[in-house]
Amino acid sequence: MSPHDHEHGDDHGHDHVYGDDDLLAEVFEGGPPDDYEILEIALRELLFDKGVITPAELRAKIVEWDGKTPENGARIVAHAWVDPAYKQRLKDDFYSAAAELDIDTAGPQLVAVESTDDVHHVFCCTLCSCYPRAVLGIPPEWYKSKEYRSRIVVDPRSVLSEFGTTLPDHTDVRVIDNTAESRYFVIPKRPEGTEGLSEEELAKLVTRDSIIGVTEALKP
Amino acid sequence: MSTETIPPRFGIGDTVRVKSLSPEGHMRTPWYIRGKVGVIGGLMGSYWNPEESAMGRDGKPDRMVYHVHFDQARLWPDYNGRETDQLVVDLQDHWLDIASPQELEAGNLS
Amino acid sequence: MSEAETNRGQHDIGGLNVDSLIDRSEHRLSLSERRVDAMMNLLFAPDRKIFNIDEMRRAIETLPSDLYENYNYYERWTLAMEKLLIGKGIMTADEITAKVADVRARLKEAGVSA
Repeated sequence: MSPHDHEHGDDHGHDHVYGDDDLLAEVFEGGPPDDYEILEIALRELLFDKGVITPAELRAKIVEWDGKTPENGARIVAHAWVDPAYKQRLKDDFYSAAAELDIDTAGPQLVAVESTDDVHHVFCCTLCSCYPRAVLGIPPEWYKSKEYRSRIVVDPRSVLSEFGTTLPDHTDVRVIDNTAESRYFVIPKRPEGTEGLSEEELAKLVTRDSIIGVTEALKP
Repeated sequence: MSTETIPPRFGIGDTVRVKSLSPEGHMRTPWYIRGKVGVIGGLMGSYWNPEESAMGRDGKPDRMVYHVHFDQARLWPDYNGRETDQLVVDLQDHWLDIASPQELEAGNLS
Repeated sequence: MSEAETNRGQHDIGGLNVDSLIDRSEHRLSLSERRVDAMMNLLFAPDRKIFNIDEMRRAIETLPSDLYENYNYYERWTLAMEKLLIGKGIMTADEITAKVADVRARLKEAGVSA
């Protein structure tokens, strides 16, 4: 029995992860679909039926998002660490600088801010979940949580310490709330003792959380 | 449907006060910053008005969004941090009024 | 500050200093969640203009408070998407009801209890 009768001609549905094979039980991780998952299927099928979106487009978008990971951000930071002129270009025009590394950041304007010994940056979106997805992928649950969004603006240091981050006494904390079109990107401080490392090795020290700013980059 | 951009009313270094409005509908000015005084740190660019766009309208004309810097110690009672810690909020032109340096000094704790 | 609170949206929570720790456990999105995310992004993309991102945010912000409180991020997105698609005349509530029943029937036939 196959629910392929409403499939569009250009969609062969052989990939059991996407497309119309969703009614197979094994696709539902953790048990049968709940009301929301059923609603999602219904809305999706109606959108296909009405030609608003095609299965191919949806598949392409899922694959596109799956491909956006913090590795993109880490490569950008590592390059900025080794090349001060690149770091400046990144601050002036993120889109063009990212493109130099073949990273496409089309979408909301990205703004790079640099953490130093004097100022440590961290960003949030108190109103929803705005996030630099082009370079970090989909945000983690905690970033979207009530606890993070409500506390980071009023008591950033206690939030940072929950993430295991203690800053020197002389370092300011600057919190940025993503309330408008810009999305932020923190260039974390380059850790001590990394002078000899290659860019690839440096990129491994740059975590998603250090680009958000709740942690610093890893030590070598 | 105007495509003109409203000229920015503020520049870097200006002291501004966020309006104390609480209108109905969608807006991108957090409640915690309303009525507070800060300093323009940068000009982000001119964009449509999201309050209008949330109603299906085009939100034109575009107007400036600013990076506004606030002193944390002057925003929150018993703030846990340094006097020089800051909070940056991106706010649109029509939400801001010019303020005096004296108002900035006086702080935001009511 | 009390004046600003009268119309404070349920989403507008900066500074409330909710007195609990952040749950930092990592959670790989389910396929269903990734689909909701992708669908929403396709629908509000500027080149498609079914609705715009501000309409999307408003739809989420104005969900009834019991739904907002008790359902998770992607569940809220699914509800908001439904509201927007009906509001924009892309589909009707009756069509959705019929399709949901159809999906349930097919699931039952496939031996997936729901």
